[in-house]
Amino acid sequence: MIETKGLTKIFKIKKSPDIVAVKDLTLSVAEGEVFGFLGPNGAGKTTSVRMLTSLIAPTSGSAWVNGLEVGKEDQAIRRSVGILTESPGLYEQLSAWKNLGIYANLYDVEDVDGQVTKYLRMLDLWTRRDDPVGSFSKGMRQKLAIARALLHEPRVLFLDEPTSGLDPEAARLVREFIEALRGQGRTTFICTHNLNEADRLCDRIAIFKTRLIKIDTPLSLRRELFGRKVVFHLRVLDQAWLDPIRVLPGVIDIQSIDQKLVVSMDDPEKLNPQIIRILIDRGAAVQFVGELRHSLEDVYLQTIQDSQEAEVGS
Amino acid sequence: MKHIRTIIEKEWAEVFKNRLVVFTMIFMPLIFTLLPLVMLFFIGRGFGDMGGVNMADVPVEFLSVCGEDMTGGECMQIYIVNQFLLIFMMMPVIIPVTIAAYSIVGEKTTHSLEPLLATPITTMELLAGKGLAAALPAILIGWVSFGIFLAVLPLIGVSKVVINYIAGPTWLLAVLVAGPLMAIAAVNFALFVSSRVNDPRVAEQIASVLIVPILGLIFAQLAGVIVINVFVMLLFIGGMILVDIGMIYLGVDIFQREKILTRWK
Repeated sequence: MIETKGLTKIFKIKKSPDIVAVKDLTLSVAEGEVFGFLGPNGAGKTTSVRMLTSLIAPTSGSAWVNGLEVGKEDQAIRRSVGILTESPGLYEQLSAWKNLGIYANLYDVEDVDGQVTKYLRMLDLWTRRDDPVGSFSKGMRQKLAIARALLHEPRVLFLDEPTSGLDPEAARLVREFIEALRGQGRTTFICTHNLNEADRLCDRIAIFKTRLIKIDTPLSLRRELFGRKVVFHLRVLDQAWLDPIRVLPGVIDIQSIDQKLVVSMDDPEKLNPQIIRILIDRGAAVQFVGELRHSLEDVYLQTIQDSQEAEVGS
Repeated sequence: MKHIRTIIEKEWAEVFKNRLVVFTMIFMPLIFTLLPLVMLFFIGRGFGDMGGVNMADVPVEFLSVCGEDMTGGECMQIYIVNQFLLIFMMMPVIIPVTIAAYSIVGEKTTHSLEPLLATPITTMELLAGKGLAAALPAILIGWVSFGIFLAVLPLIGVSKVVINYIAGPTWLLAVLVAGPLMAIAAVNFALFVSSRVNDPRVAEQIASVLIVPILGLIFAQLAGVIVINVFVMLLFIGGMILVDIGMIYLGVDIFQREKILTRWK
């Protein structure tokens, strides 16, 4: 659905050094996938989205969205994608109905009134349809901007910071709506700083800072960076129990913290019964066993740090 | 056409929500219409039928405009009235400039330009919509003002010869054709400025320089350097058509979506 090959954007500014905003971005997003694009401020996320929505032209490389080539079929791309820009950019003096009506006409929607009604109702804005958008809360504006992006039923949806600046309740409403979109088979490309949001919503994520650093499912990234760790809570811990566990094939590392054993391993499903047997055979009272989950934030920060260290090293 | 119509409706919906803008759109033409009427009224009262004026008093450059059957007084009235012609040509230029100058940079500052440019609208459609939204009300107001001016002339004692001259080809070409053509050029210039600056105030200030060539025309006519007659007006209209075509193509060519989106902060 979305494919890029070596996509690069360099901004040339008079009397200043060139700014490389996006370098050699190669990725592929499948139909129906919810894809998270994570990166710090100024990483080039918005520039990437602008290229993929044919708002700006790549300096080099190529990209296809909905089978249409960026730079060659720009108008067709703009017709086939929906975009929630970083700022809602609504006409504040006009009503919600008028705002959506304008965009429905610009996207050549056949049943303008029907589509506007559908999305105003779906996003719980129907009762405020005739009110000027300037009187709306931030969350309502964001919902209206999402409705605007969906009016023409695009197969690919780009959401740039969809919950940025929203209070927790409004953010949850927007998140629930995005989750609901997943069921409709749309491809959704989300730029976000909100790592919890990416963790909850995205099938795969890319960690990006001018160039692509990592791309995978959140779970795979956790495992790649931190392995899988299992915590064994014991009533009493004897340090002598660590050695027979350490030598088991597949165990990467073992640590004791208070009355807990933290074991890094490749395959907990296979190793956990063996470890429990070793502990019980030695008289340990195993109270509780659970997998230690690193947050996506840990993954993100570790990845960005590794990337910075690699840059400094090179 | 649907996209152009949508942009026009959107612009009007926004502009007409602002009562102050509507007020200035109506107030200024009203003043521009009343001013010559008041002057003509007092000229009529002060100098009677200008019976004391003969052809020798009329500026030499202007004599060609007056018919052989006119008295010196009537020719002098037409000379004075002709100075007001440019005011009616100015109206469709001045009124839309502020609106057009704001239209692109205003959307930049409210962040509504990016979602708009993300739609399938073409640059030509966008600029045509914004240009027509600014120019059409101004042209209409100019025509209505001229209609009011013509309707009031007999009521303040202006002679039939003078009224016939004002309702004649020179004025009609100026108000009905040249004025709108100037409006199109002015709006395109204002849109061009609006798409290149980052601050609506700068756009309005730069666009206001459009008044300079018109003031130049007024002073040139007062100084007798040019005399506006049918021939001059046809030449002017021909020139304006070329300017308009050039401005439209230049406007579309230099409207760079990427620069507008990425170099305005």
